[in-house]
This record gives sequence, C-alpha cells and structure tokens, in this order.
Amino acid sequence: MARYLLVRLLQSLVTLVLASMVVFAGVRALPGDPARALAGEDADPAAVAAIRARLGLDDPLPVQYLKFVGNLLHGDLGTSVRTGQPVIDLIKATLPVTLWLSLFAVLIAVVVGIGAGTAAAVWRGRWPEWVANLAALVGLSVPSFWLGILAILYLAVGLHWFPASGYVPLTDDPLRGIYYLVMPAAVLGTALAAVVMRQTRASMIATLTTDYVRTARAKGLPRSKVLTGFALRNSMIVVVTIVGLQLGGLISGAVVTERIFGLPGFGKLTLDSVFTRDYPVIEAVVLVVTVAYIVINLVVDLVYSLINPRIRVGGRTS
Amino acid sequence: MSQAVTDTAAVDLGRERGRVLRQLARNPLGLVGGGLLLVVVLVAIFAPLLAPYSPTTVHFDAPFQRPFTVGYALGTDDLGRDVLSRLIYGTRASLLVGLLSVLLAVVVGTPLGLVAGYWRGCDAVVSRLTDLTLAFPFLIIAVGLAAITGASLTNAAIALGIAQVPTMIRVVRAETLRHKELEFVLAARSLDASGPRILAQHILPNAASAIIVQATVVMPVAVIGEALLSFLGLGIQPPTPSLGIMLADAQQYIFRAPTAAVFPGVTIAVICLAFNLFGDALRDALDPNAQR
Repeated sequence: MARYLLVRLLQSLVTLVLASMVVFAGVRALPGDPARALAGEDADPAAVAAIRARLGLDDPLPVQYLKFVGNLLHGDLGTSVRTGQPVIDLIKATLPVTLWLSLFAVLIAVVVGIGAGTAAAVWRGRWPEWVANLAALVGLSVPSFWLGILAILYLAVGLHWFPASGYVPLTDDPLRGIYYLVMPAAVLGTALAAVVMRQTRASMIATLTTDYVRTARAKGLPRSKVLTGFALRNSMIVVVTIVGLQLGGLISGAVVTERIFGLPGFGKLTLDSVFTRDYPVIEAVVLVVTVAYIVINLVVDLVYSLINPRIRVGGRTS
Repeated sequence: MSQAVTDTAAVDLGRERGRVLRQLARNPLGLVGGGLLLVVVLVAIFAPLLAPYSPTTVHFDAPFQRPFTVGYALGTDDLGRDVLSRLIYGTRASLLVGLLSVLLAVVVGTPLGLVAGYWRGCDAVVSRLTDLTLAFPFLIIAVGLAAITGASLTNAAIALGIAQVPTMIRVVRAETLRHKELEFVLAARSLDASGPRILAQHILPNAASAIIVQATVVMPVAVIGEALLSFLGLGIQPPTPSLGIMLADAQQYIFRAPTAAVFPGVTIAVICLAFNLFGDALRDALDPNAQR
C-alpha cells in the first residue's frame, strides 16, 4: 500500500512538471508581444523595451522558466497585464464561484444518477428502467449549454422560478447563494448524472446476480439490506471512478455554464484572459486547472483503493 | 475465459461480420439510430442540394420571420438568413469536425496504444504522455490553440481530437494486452515474426471492433464539443454557419425570437442521439459476451 502511494505520488509529480513545461512553452508560442499590448499601439520603442525588461521577457527561455517555477513555489503567479492586479487575487476571487458550482453539479449528478440507476436495476425490464434509460440517453445527447438557454427561457423568464443570471456568495447568504446556483448546477450536472446512472445500473445488475447476493437473500436477508449493504456499496466504487474521469468535462462545462448564467467565476477569467492575451493570467489559469485535475485524480485513486481493498482494476469477469 | 477469447479471436472474419450485421438488425433502437445516422450523413453530404438558400445570404427585408412562414420553412434569424439552410450547413460543419477529431484520435491513439500494450518499456513513456494529455481538459487545449493560431474549425477539431487520444490509447492498449499472450500471437512469435508485424497483422485486426466502438463514442462528444467551442467563439468563425454559433446568436435575441434557440439545439441532440443509439447497438453486437 505504501509503495503504491509513493509510486502514484511520483507519477503525479512528473505529470505536474511536464504540464508546467507545456504551459510555459505554449504561452511563449503565442503571437503578439505582451509588452507592446501593454504599452499601446503607438508607444515608442523605448517604452516597449522598458516594459519588456521589467517583465523579464528578454531573458533566455530556460531562465524565464526557472524564474516562473520559483515564483510559483512562492505563491507568486505574476501580475495581470490587463488589470494590473496580482493574478493570485484574481484567482482567489473567481475560483470559489466555480468550485461551488462544480460541487453542487456533482452532488446533483450523484444523487440523481445513483437514484435513477438503482431504480432501473431494481425494476429491471419495467417502466422505471425504460424511463431512466431514455433520460440518460437524452442527457448524453443534449448539449448542456443548450439546456442552460432553455432553462433561462422557460424556468427563469417564463415561470420566474429561478433568477436568469447572477451570483450571491454562499458565505454572505447561503440560502440565496444556493437559490442562484441551483439552475446552473443542475444544467452542468446533467451529462454527469446520465453517465453515473448508466454505470450504477450496470454495476447493480452485475452485483444483484452474483452468488453471494443470492445466498444472502436465501438466508433471509431483506431485499433493502442487500441493496444498501452490497449492491450500493459496490457501485460506489464505479461512481467514484466515473466522477474522477468526468472532471475534465466538468471543468470545460463550467466555463460555458458560467458564460450562459453570467457567473463571475474561473471560466469567465479564462475566456477574458484569452481574448485579451493576458499572458500571466492564461498561464496561471491553465496551471491551476491542470494542478487541480492531477490532484483530484490522485485523490480519486486513493479513495478508490480505500473502498476497494483489492486495488484490482477491472477484476470482474463475466 | 481464455478458451472463449481464443475462439472469438480465431473466428473467421467474414462469418463474424455476418453475425454482427444480423445482431444489429435485431436491435430496434440500433436500427432507429442507424436510420437517423443515415439521414444526418445524407443531409451533410447533399447540403448544397437540400438547402433552399445559401446559409450566408442576408435578407434585410425579412428578419425574424416566424417558423412555418411561406418561403422560410423554419423562419429567419436577425439578419434574415434562412434558419433551415443554416441548420443544414451547420450539420455539415458538425460532422466534419467530429470526423476530423475521430480521425486524429484513431491515427494517433492506435499506434501508441499498440506499442504501449506490446512493449513494457514503451508503456511507461506512453502512460506519462496520456497522463499529461489528460491533465488538460479539451477546453483548455482549445483555449491554447485559439490563442496561438486563432480560432477555427481545424483548431476545434484538433483540440477535440487531442482530448480523445488518451482514451483511445487506453482502449487499444487494453486490447493489445488481452491478445498478446493468446496462442495465435505466441505461435506467430515462435515463427520469428517481428513485433511490428505481429501488431499489424494479428493484434490490430482483433482490436478493430473496440476501436470502432470507441470512435462512435467520440463522435457525439466531438459534435457537442464543436458546438460548445463555436458558442464561446473558440471554434468556427462567423459567417460560416455552425450550430454553436446559431445558439450563441439566439441567446442574444432570446426575448425577441425564443424559438431561434430551439432548432439548433434539437439538431445537435438528434445528431448525438443517432450516434449514441447506433454506437450502443454496435457495442452490443460486437461484444461476444453480450450474445444471447
């Protein structure tokens, strides 16, 4: 177990270093001169040169990279070329919005997905399975941002159930904060719910037909106990893996969801920085996403090995 | 288990194809998906013949026509462009991006997956590569490409394709691992067949069905991805019609013409539904364990 942990940690570290190099190289490959962009179109060359020197853009690339990593380790992500604010402040202001949004989306997806998946497995071949299967198929086929537009059109503008856009920090007013987040989170969680439902259903059906479940039932264990004790526990393993694998999609989905619902989150920061060529912010945004993604995957793997002591991936054969 | 796999692997390819087709024909949902898919592909191919107008022709005298008006079957947008024509060409763009990204995922993912599954030394390198790629969500790749060379259809397809490469590598790698210890491969090796030859002649044909199934999984993801990127301004650029751009436009004048947001969304959903239904049926038909 300790060896497994160590290997996984080292692998993540290597990925992290490689990713930081890719990001660094990618940002240097961008066309356009940030110093010129900052100085303005008609600035004289001396002013541009001064800005270049201040930003360290004249140093050789390896030196720039090492400086970049060194600053990173000190929590210094640079200063936004566009707003002049420290990048770390911009991230601190926007990241919570996206984290809350994603958290609620995952929560909704897991609750709905496991619920529907269990219903489909228990009432196999009857209407709940058909409804759940159909819903999952539609959930996978409908783009979430279209769902968002429809939700605004019908639930917000038509029925006035939810606000069409806006954000209230949960730390200021938890109830109002949740009220503003429910619709975006449900929209973002739809596709994930569909995947979780399908996996839960498949894994439950597999567990319910095993010999040990039949034995337990024969010994008089009630159906509900079998479901919660064996089937649900086994399907949790699958759900944890799936949620981990789908996080990349969730991050991409969050960007577009924020755009539709006007949330001042990390996605908005990402798009703004790209459209204004704000190098330090692009760099930081991509790095934060990458680091978060690598760390989350590591955590998912560890949780996975905890719930499944065998740590044997794909052990079940039919 | 291993006996069953050997049998499957040794099955004559021609007979296997007949079985898969019969299995497909017996799946009603698969048939619906296949039918939808045929319609979608035909619409994309014959777009110039089917569209009543050019998708970019502006009719300033007829903006915001309601659906089902004479001359404009699905109405017009803010510039008086025919919505039906734009949907038809948008479908074409969606499928093109989907096809390009699937192609990229297959062309890059298959050899890497074969190599990683066959030689242990390569596995470590390829694994780090997949980990690295997986660390970047497709939107972040698209953001990077758009920033470097500008947003375009090609860049959207490349970003979506790159994001699908790791999964393709894993699928092919798993198939390679499964087949490389089987008798027919061991036999080929004992006859002194070279590694590349074994991979190309013995393992690749047996991994083909898994690759095809994975490709049908990638298609709808890419179609939705294209719409998403174009919606954000990171994909296809106006005035070229794209379902994502149509949705972005529709959100601008959502109060004036609420129906404008409906048609592009339904079109995307139908395309994806077709691929999902057909892909599911194909997976069931190709999976020997699913035979009843």
